[in-house]
Amino acid sequence: MNHGRYRVWHWRSWSVRYAPPALLLAALLMVLLLVMAAYGLTVGSMRVPLADVVAIVMGHDESGLSARIVLDIRLPRILAAIFVGAALGVSGAIFQSISRNPLGSPDLIGFTTGAATGALTLILFFSPSVLQITLAATVGGLATALIVYLFALKGGGGGYRLILIGLGVGSTLSAVNGLLLVRGDLDDALWANIWLAGSLNGRTWSQVWPLMLGVVVLVPVVCFGARALTLLEMGDDIARQLGVPTERLRLGMIMCAVILAALATGTAGPIAFIALAAPQLSRSLLPGVALPVLCSACMGAGLLLLADLLIQALPLAVSVPVGRMTGIVGGLYLLWLLTRQR
Amino acid sequence: MLLLVLGLTLLFLLSLASITVGSRGLPLATVADAFFSFDPARNEHLLLRHLRLPRALLAVVVGGALGMAGAVMQALTRNPLADPGLLGVNAGATLAIVVAIAAWGITDMSDYMWFGLLGAAVAGAAVYLLGGVRSGLNPVRLVLAGAALSVVLLALTQIITVNSDEVIFDQFRHWAVGSLQGRSYDVLVPAAILILITLGCGLVLCRALDALSLGDDVAKALGVSPRRVWCACAAVVIILSGVATAAVGPVSFIGLAAPHLARLWVGPEHRRLLPLSMLISALLMLSADTLGRMVAHPDEVGVGIMVALIGGPFFVVLVRRWRLVRP
Repeated sequence: MNHGRYRVWHWRSWSVRYAPPALLLAALLMVLLLVMAAYGLTVGSMRVPLADVVAIVMGHDESGLSARIVLDIRLPRILAAIFVGAALGVSGAIFQSISRNPLGSPDLIGFTTGAATGALTLILFFSPSVLQITLAATVGGLATALIVYLFALKGGGGGYRLILIGLGVGSTLSAVNGLLLVRGDLDDALWANIWLAGSLNGRTWSQVWPLMLGVVVLVPVVCFGARALTLLEMGDDIARQLGVPTERLRLGMIMCAVILAALATGTAGPIAFIALAAPQLSRSLLPGVALPVLCSACMGAGLLLLADLLIQALPLAVSVPVGRMTGIVGGLYLLWLLTRQR
Repeated sequence: MLLLVLGLTLLFLLSLASITVGSRGLPLATVADAFFSFDPARNEHLLLRHLRLPRALLAVVVGGALGMAGAVMQALTRNPLADPGLLGVNAGATLAIVVAIAAWGITDMSDYMWFGLLGAAVAGAAVYLLGGVRSGLNPVRLVLAGAALSVVLLALTQIITVNSDEVIFDQFRHWAVGSLQGRSYDVLVPAAILILITLGCGLVLCRALDALSLGDDVAKALGVSPRRVWCACAAVVIILSGVATAAVGPVSFIGLAAPHLARLWVGPEHRRLLPLSMLISALLMLSADTLGRMVAHPDEVGVGIMVALIGGPFFVVLVRRWRLVRP
């Protein structure tokens, strides 16, 4: 049987199918991530030499100012960037596959708007802690996704109906968000606006742990389901003939994607473009590999970490939230792609 | 034809109702007085003539503009989901107005209008060029260019609001939801002139659009140049939605929903679809504005919010009921 660019690894009655180019790319990206993370730990308003950073992270030097800065400020921020990026990358890959649309992303089903509604409600009516905002955004996003899915369930129109319903629910919620912003107290609205811009400033360990846990558990699950999802791209009928439980698979994968996006948005606020760009880039670097989940994760992590390091390193007089930086860079990149396709 | 007459009558009645509703209710008799025996010394008359009337007229004009922009956009992209807001003109107007507020401290509605127009024009021209309108018929590319440009422009907008004074954000948040509040003749007159001229051009394109919807080859055989129609239509959509956004702020959904409703009655023929779509969307806009003033009496909810609050659930029902689904 021809596996294309895939290899199969057998062990007794078990076998695993893998694509060497994808693994190679993922390994390469991980090395890049490590280098960027190491660099990110050393720079900032106080420079910490790399040797010290290694000692601190290894646990040899737990006291002292530089240890506190590295362990409590820089490390959580960098981990947040990596895992938010990874979660968004995988989530985007799933949505692009399910909607059979290269522009698919969790935003399409009104997800980000729902998360924002959750966060805004909490910010404007109660004065919550940062952790509570994280939780509210996560719950808001999940609830929106659930509503959209339940509405779209009837009759089963596949991915297309889901997107249409998501569009309707999303624009209703964005009106609610507008109402909340206009009606709310000005100070609270300002705070909400900063949350809406998406930022990794001042993330703490308590926000990073749930996200890390989610990514570590869900990404392998998605990797496992990726092959069946590829079959689903050929149409429900063919997939069913090949023994894929279509509805169950779709529901499960959407749930994974939504939970990942919810955790990411809850931690960092809305981050533009990573979910769209990471799977696209991985696919264009890996022709012939169906659904590069692991690579999308690494690519998303790399892009977000790079954007975060850039806004810290750039000598700008204004503060640029990382969520908008990714939007500007990603949007310009897409425009550049368009002008090249004559 | 009957439908059109019926709709126009409804529009007239609704305008009357809209004029009487507000933070201060005015009986119809006063309205009649204000028009037929105007007395500049009476506050009610001034209120009616200088605030309520231009407001209702602006709602009708802008509604008509959005209705046509949406219908033409859907015909152009052959995509039932196309919304004129996708083309980046909304984002362009938004950025220009934020810059105007942040850099020059501008607070006047009519100045907003001119800055909004400028921003919409620049963004529209950019989308027109980047989307390759002149180099050939490629709707996907046009929409992609609009979406990408919107993301960039809105990111810049947010960076400005995050970094500037809270007063600036306060002004901006009220503009950004789309509202007819405080628009008087100095917004209405320029907006109405631009929109009416463009609407005329749009109506002339009806037949060509019908020919085009049969496919490029048939259109050519019928003597219609697809490329020329495509250029003209793109320009019409960009101008209409740009002027509408500059005048009242971003109002989504009307441009998407009105053509769908109109199609339910008269089918896909543009000669009938365009006028009806304009009429329906003017009706929607006017009733959303009137309702917005009633639900939060004596305050008001912006028309942009009302439209999406009503239109969103309606759209969901539409998608579930009718088989809009095309895999």
